[in-house]
Amino acid sequence: MDIDGLVERMRQGDRRATSRLISLAEGDIAAARAISTRLFKDTGKAYIIGVTGAPGSGKSTLVNQIISLLAKRGKRVGVVCVDPTSPFSGGALLGDRIRMKEDYPPGQVFIRSMASRGKLGGVARATKDTVSILDASGVDLVIVETVGVGQNEIDVYTLAYTTLVLLAPGMGDEIQAFKAGIMETSDIYVVNKADHDGADQLVGEIESMLDLAETIELEHGEDHVVVEVRKQAKAGWRPPICKTNALTGDGVEALWAAIEAHRSHLVNSGEMARKNRSKYRQEIIDILREKFALHVEEALDLTKNGDLPALLDEVAARKQDPYTVSDGIGKKIADAFKS
Amino acid sequence: MLQDRKIRVIVAKPGLDGHDRGAKVLARALRDAGMEVIYTGLHQTPAQIVETVVQEDPDVLCLSILSGAHNELFPRVMTVLKEKGIDDVLVMAGGVIPDDDIEGLRRLGIEGFYGPGSKLQDIIDYIKSHLKR
Ligand SMILES: Nc1nc2c(ncn2[C@@H]2O[C@H](COP(=O)(O)OP(=O)(O)OP(=O)(O)O)[C@@H](O)[C@H]2O)c(=O)[nH]1
Ligand SMILES: [Mg+2]
Repeated sequence: MDIDGLVERMRQGDRRATSRLISLAEGDIAAARAISTRLFKDTGKAYIIGVTGAPGSGKSTLVNQIISLLAKRGKRVGVVCVDPTSPFSGGALLGDRIRMKEDYPPGQVFIRSMASRGKLGGVARATKDTVSILDASGVDLVIVETVGVGQNEIDVYTLAYTTLVLLAPGMGDEIQAFKAGIMETSDIYVVNKADHDGADQLVGEIESMLDLAETIELEHGEDHVVVEVRKQAKAGWRPPICKTNALTGDGVEALWAAIEAHRSHLVNSGEMARKNRSKYRQEIIDILREKFALHVEEALDLTKNGDLPALLDEVAARKQDPYTVSDGIGKKIADAFKS
Repeated sequence: MLQDRKIRVIVAKPGLDGHDRGAKVLARALRDAGMEVIYTGLHQTPAQIVETVVQEDPDVLCLSILSGAHNELFPRVMTVLKEKGIDDVLVMAGGVIPDDDIEGLRRLGIEGFYGPGSKLQDIIDYIKSHLKR
């Protein structure tokens, strides 16, 4: 089935076509380009929410609660769950659906699992394309679940309007998480597993971190504060902290209210426009990265079977240095890129 | 192109039995063989399994069952798949299935049968050589 046919079927509500388009875009940047060219005008309607946090903090269980809340309100929801690829085998175990087993009317909820690595750096690009295809298919919201900052190749905040960072008490990594830079990326903190001991203490710790960020700004000027915190603070948003129990759904209504408040804030402050621009900036960079990475691979492949062995002989004989050789290969890449 | 095409597999457990050790072992083995494995957990209805197939677009669907209800559940899955026009997914069955039932299931379009004690490598090889697209 050609892409035009699939796009046509997707517009008529055929979810298998949506699914196949996602597979095509995920696997091949040329297909992704062809699809994006046709669908881009239909995108930009869905609100995109990122959910990130340490493994086991309860992301999927919470996403399930959010889906069911939204489905009750008649919303159509897309979900993208990104799990790590095993660096040893290149395979992946994608288990987030285990927590999302409720039945919904056909067409209301579309969940797609994705593996994160082994695609020549194209994960971020593939995730964005998947989100865009779901967006174009007519969902009202797309929720993207990824493992936490620094544990993944994709930083979900670069594609979401509202990013939730999940923490759970007793996981011992709260402060590490702050060090790793989640303050740059979080619009709302979620202390999940509120039924566990230590939830209130964790809320307190996050409050102090937020206070500290503001103090640093006051005392040392804006250059000392991570970029996103400063921008958020300037626009008048201090990330709220929501407590949830994702098993029972306690706190999920309040969390949803916080998400809506953030959305209004983005719209009213003009931050939405800024976020969109930085989102597209990042997307363009991701596409370029992947295209270059592919061309580098191709150039290496060519030279492996072509003139690289001879060049290596020259380097070994000290006739050419590695930089000069890579300049030559780089020119080939540049020529290939133009075409 | 140099893009690596990953084999996507759904491992699903239809029916009511509460054991998924075998399914989990299989899921891990397929992952270790370089495949992307979507595991759906226990107690899936045929409709849920097919909905997962629609959304995940897998190359392979592995159905695993121990409860003996394969003669009801497997045909149901195959019927719903057909209703949706899905004919390019390799459907395989694992678990306890008596030899007498296999021929009937084969006629429905289920292809590989792997009971307890099957070698994981055989399943991997079968998948790699029987993909439909
Ligand atoms: N007590 C309690 N357990 C929870 C809560 N939320 C999730 N869990 C449990 O925590 C475990 C992990 O939940 P998941 O939703 O799979 O966590 P995750 O963050 O998606 O995990 P990964 O996708 O593997 O990173 C499961 O056993 C859940 O049942 C909660 O609010 N309270
Ligand atoms: Mg999860």
